Amino acid sequence: MKISSRKLDKATILDVSGNIDMSNSPEVRKALLHEIREKGVTRVVLNLTGVAYIDSSGVASLVEGLKASRESGSRFVLFGLNESPREVLKISRLLKLFEVYDDEAQAMAS
Amino acid sequence: MNPVAAKQPRGMKKSSKTNRAFLLKLELRSHPTLLCVIRGALEPLMDMLGFSAEHTRAIIRAVDEAVANIMRHSYHGRLDQPIEVYCNRLQRRANGEPEQGVEILLFDCGLAVDTTKLPARSLDEIRPGGLGLHIIRGSMDTVEYKRAGRLNRLRLVKYAHPSKGECGSPEENLS
Repeated sequence: MKISSRKLDKATILDVSGNIDMSNSPEVRKALLHEIREKGVTRVVLNLTGVAYIDSSGVASLVEGLKASRESGSRFVLFGLNESPREVLKISRLLKLFEVYDDEAQAMAS
Repeated sequence: MNPVAAKQPRGMKKSSKTNRAFLLKLELRSHPTLLCVIRGALEPLMDMLGFSAEHTRAIIRAVDEAVANIMRHSYHGRLDQPIEVYCNRLQRRANGEPEQGVEILLFDCGLAVDTTKLPARSLDEIRPGGLGLHIIRGSMDTVEYKRAGRLNRLRLVKYAHPSKGECGSPEENLS
């Protein structure tokens, strides 16, 4: 799995590629909390286009990011969910909690 | 560390866990980097058995979560402990029609699992963690745990629920 970040307007976009599971989900958590809590970014956008699989530990990292963004008054947005990540969020009844967009343009226009 | 270099515990080696012929047997260590290997092995097998892409994703998701739970709760994060995964073909009749399925057995020789203490949180709570069991139960038709001697045994079953002709016969698929 790889995570890279880029700035666009006032947002930080985190591009993730590969699968997110128990072996690497702490890296996702760390990257999200770094942007939200330490850098104080007002909008963090997570690009999951390149992620085919997320397990429950990856979902937990996303939930931590969401909670941190709510606590700090920032926004946490997802886009590009493939079928498997979307299904696991649905089973967990968490899909509706997140702001989810189809692509980057929609996510940035939101 | 090399996850496959550890010594095989005696209990796991000598125990006869399944007498039936199995389609696939995986032996691995309790190292999280091996989760992707299991997922990679299961996908073509489920495809061969005729499961739809959606059901294949569900089965992979359940097994991945189950193995992660073994690593986390049964072995408490130790990286060199043995886990075995067996996949067997099942068949039943539903409404007079044959229905294909798969049975997946997972064995570990960690501490006995107290299922009443496993962290399965309410889905109405918004907090990280405790989702693995929900995902397993929501993805499979049957989820059964039992302690078998010194081993933990988890049995997962999924049927294809095919429309007519969707799921090829085992003979067709294995030829």
